[in-house]
Amino acid sequence: MRDFEYEAPMSLDDAVALLSGNPAAAKPLAGGTDLIDHIRTRRLEPDLVVDVKKIPDLNVLELGDDGLRLGAAVPCYRIYGDPQIAAAYSAVADSCRIIGGTQIQSRASVGGNLCNSGPAADSTPSLIALAARVVIAGPGGRREVAAEDFCTGPGQNVLESGELVVEIVFPARPAVGGSHYRRFIPRNEMDIAVVGVGAAVELDESGQSFVSARIALAAVAPTPLYVEAAGAALAGQPVSDEAIAAAAAAAREAATPIDDMRGTVEFRKHISGVLTERVIREAVARARGEETGYRIGQ
Amino acid sequence: MATVEDRQFRVEPFPGGTPGNQRLVEEGRLPDYDVVGTRPIRHDGTDKVTGRARYGADIKLSGLLQGYVLRSPHAHARIVSIDTSRAAEVPGVHAVCTNADMPSADHRAGDLGEGMVDWYHLNQNVLANDKVLYTGHAVAAVAADSVHIAEEAARLIEVEYEVLPPVLDVREARGADAPVLNDDVRTDRQPAGETGDTPTNVAKHFHYEKGDVDAGFAAAELVIEREFTTETVHQGYIEPHTATAFWSPDGKITVWTSTQGSFMIRMQVAELLDVAISKVKVVPMEIGGGFGGKIAVYLQPVAAVLSRLSGRPVKLNMDRSNVFDATGPTPGSYMKVKIGVDAEGKITAGEAELLFEAGAFPGSPINPGCMCVFACYDVPNGRIDGYDICVNKPRSNAYRAPGSTHVALATETIVDEICEAQGICPVEFRLKNAVKEGDERVDGVTYPPVGMWETIKAVELSDHWQSPLEGPNRGRGIASGFWFNFGGNSVVAATVNEDGTVSLIEGSTDIGGTRASVAMQLAEILGIAAEDVTPTVVDTDSIGHTDVTGGSRTCHATGLAAIKAAEDIQAQLRQRAAMLWDVESEQVEYGDGATLTGPEGKTISFQEISGKLTQTGGPVVGRGSVNADKHGGAFGTHIADVEVDPDTGKVQVLRYTVVQDVGTAIHPSYVEGQMQGGAAQGIGWALNEEYHYGDDGRLHNASFLDYRIPTCYDLPDIETIIVEVPNPGHPFGVRGVGEVPIVPPPAAMANAIFRATGVRMRSLPMSPPKMLHELLASDG
Repeated sequence: MRDFEYEAPMSLDDAVALLSGNPAAAKPLAGGTDLIDHIRTRRLEPDLVVDVKKIPDLNVLELGDDGLRLGAAVPCYRIYGDPQIAAAYSAVADSCRIIGGTQIQSRASVGGNLCNSGPAADSTPSLIALAARVVIAGPGGRREVAAEDFCTGPGQNVLESGELVVEIVFPARPAVGGSHYRRFIPRNEMDIAVVGVGAAVELDESGQSFVSARIALAAVAPTPLYVEAAGAALAGQPVSDEAIAAAAAAAREAATPIDDMRGTVEFRKHISGVLTERVIREAVARARGEETGYRIGQ
Repeated sequence: MATVEDRQFRVEPFPGGTPGNQRLVEEGRLPDYDVVGTRPIRHDGTDKVTGRARYGADIKLSGLLQGYVLRSPHAHARIVSIDTSRAAEVPGVHAVCTNADMPSADHRAGDLGEGMVDWYHLNQNVLANDKVLYTGHAVAAVAADSVHIAEEAARLIEVEYEVLPPVLDVREARGADAPVLNDDVRTDRQPAGETGDTPTNVAKHFHYEKGDVDAGFAAAELVIEREFTTETVHQGYIEPHTATAFWSPDGKITVWTSTQGSFMIRMQVAELLDVAISKVKVVPMEIGGGFGGKIAVYLQPVAAVLSRLSGRPVKLNMDRSNVFDATGPTPGSYMKVKIGVDAEGKITAGEAELLFEAGAFPGSPINPGCMCVFACYDVPNGRIDGYDICVNKPRSNAYRAPGSTHVALATETIVDEICEAQGICPVEFRLKNAVKEGDERVDGVTYPPVGMWETIKAVELSDHWQSPLEGPNRGRGIASGFWFNFGGNSVVAATVNEDGTVSLIEGSTDIGGTRASVAMQLAEILGIAAEDVTPTVVDTDSIGHTDVTGGSRTCHATGLAAIKAAEDIQAQLRQRAAMLWDVESEQVEYGDGATLTGPEGKTISFQEISGKLTQTGGPVVGRGSVNADKHGGAFGTHIADVEVDPDTGKVQVLRYTVVQDVGTAIHPSYVEGQMQGGAAQGIGWALNEEYHYGDDGRLHNASFLDYRIPTCYDLPDIETIIVEVPNPGHPFGVRGVGEVPIVPPPAAMANAIFRATGVRMRSLPMSPPKMLHELLASDG
């Protein structure tokens, strides 16, 4: 592997200073499960790697009345390991349970997954569905962007030089709400999404109608894709096969995949609709507190 | 004598196994052994499960340098020049080598035990100096103080390439206007023995014919002809290739490596470096899987050359992408097969045209493919043409029953279509057409006693076959397969210790539990416990020439050597007892319970006499050396239950049973492990495994992320039914087990998928995008 320097600052200011001091050749490191691999394969060639795991601000994991704060370096296992967070923000917990195996989940972070900005990232559709906002710190101070606006292309995002993600903040969940993420993979585990779908729904008190819904797709466009039309197809509608089919059609329509070794255009568009239906049904079941048949790998 | 159909059979649990481990038992014919057929804990088990076993990359030596191999970024290019001067100047670099640092090679054939090799082609594969023929083809190597320095330096090597168009498909590669990979290759036509006179990618053409094929098809009521394709797949062993070498100033070369055959590595290193075999010592390390892919050399000669240049020991390890890019694989193929049957469902004729990828250099398993395509059935009239065709992919290598899995997909799918068309139960069809003793294969071989019929009988009697499969989108398929197995050269030496135990040394590297299965055969003869035998795999200076652990030969042939060594010990102990009792050795018997008996009721146990050896003429060493030629071919039949998601095309394996004739199971757990492992690999091959190439010939998925072998989540607990039709060529009846189980799975899965969906898949892998495409097409 190519030679590089390593720093592990203890404060956000120090991290920003290190990243700003050598912006072109410095890279932040959280779990490192993507970054180290990219350095090994020479996709990235940083001279300086800044380990952000020792910065307290990036390790916050707080569930409060006004929502969830998720530090950018918090490893996946802490999210599904907290029963309250896993219940309230179950789409993110779903994502975290299927990113790699146990070892990877002990290192890899949702923040890192977002910053790697892969189109097939498993946690980003969940962030978008749950209306998360991304808190960014840099030489110019702090700013926030919506999760759906963060990624700008494969491996590309809105971070300016010297900036890093501090945390991801989620609004409080509605009283009757449910969320879910699942992906299609050729195998049943340890794989990368051919299509991924995250959905969050809010139902009325009776649980019979959609109040609102947010749906996002992975691996069908250059970036994780927020499909506003799919949510709009559900909002105000009764929970019905017709409404869910309309949302699925919107998702299928929004998908602009490519043919590659993981799937064809035909396959990915079709699966976008199939998974959207399945994910909405699961989110609805969760909102209603029903037993669901979902298990990892389906 | 009763015909086979009159014999009475039952399927029952195999003692000592899990509930899914069963066997076929013929009434009144149960084997009677003390050690054979039991399940002792393997001798190397503790080291393996505690991580203490030393694999190839675990070797550490004083002054060890680390190496890095520079590989071609192009699929097909002529090397114009290589300039290593900048690499050599990097601090910490001790040696840089290219093909120019190896002796030149000429066109002569070498036999590696599971395939032939041309020494010039192997020389070019190890380090190219003329052309690169696939992405990842090695062109130069560096040895340095660390692997990172070696890699940085290797990147400073300047290679000028003249890029050429690649050809990746066998049908294109045999066309007249295809780019020719090797201008020294001419078509070798067998068995005619003719050689073509123009450069070509078609390295070999095998032709076999039996009976009157046209008359056979004319007599058929139903003829089905289909085309099939399979993609290039890799053996997928978990341990990457590794080699460490030290070239001593006195000219002796020591190589530490994980390999299926240390003597084959010795031969190849000696040949490629132009030294005597006695100058090369190969120390086999533990091996993390081979499946046929760890026989040919890659790194070993390069590490030796780097050692000669640096004066230090040098280690070379591949990473996973190197393994996919440059080792393995087993060929992709195109196959056209035709079978005719009469009104009663009896086969009247078969015809096959088989095109296998050789990869960069000639040497695909096309001939075994030709010999296996109709091997399960009594085919009275047959014609087979097989072609070995060079394409811009890594040089193909053996993979578990090489060639047989491909052709079974074709034959067994057509057989299933015939059953469907004629309304015949697939079990009944196979019972009717199964080969038996005396039947002649299309390639002219006449079968000795074989167990094809018995495997089908076991399927018929199995709980799996008799349990109905219910539910939508579900289907059950069966398929059969054949492999020859092999004998060959093996040597063991067995020393009797004073405490009544035996130290057994052998040259067969242990991949699938052969330390245990070979030791058990020696223990059975001597009447001692398997645990009282200590097996050790030794280096090439310490035992006689032993062929590869491959061809499913080790339990059979090295087992035979161990039996001979045990009999040698028995003979020597009879002499010692005779000496103690002052009688003739002919008056002493070595009997049951490891006891020697003489005249007048004299007895002495194996343990007692072991303690008296130093007083009766010195230690006893038993010797076993064989060139085994009575190996027994074997058949397997698999049952697959699948469910296909109609909305995604994803195939889930619900239940899977492997039925196989193994001759005799020495250690049933390792036999069952081989059967399950082979099925797991075959299911992976069926569903998702494939090499993805770009149009430029670059391999896109050289990692386990996008080369999808099954994980434990993807497979059910694979059930086994061991069938034991003894091989008359082995005292206990061993046939060999490791290869047959990879043959039926793709066909069994395809047949199950058809019954679940009504869609016939004739192209591997049956991955979700391809499956869904067919499902959508069949809907509309």
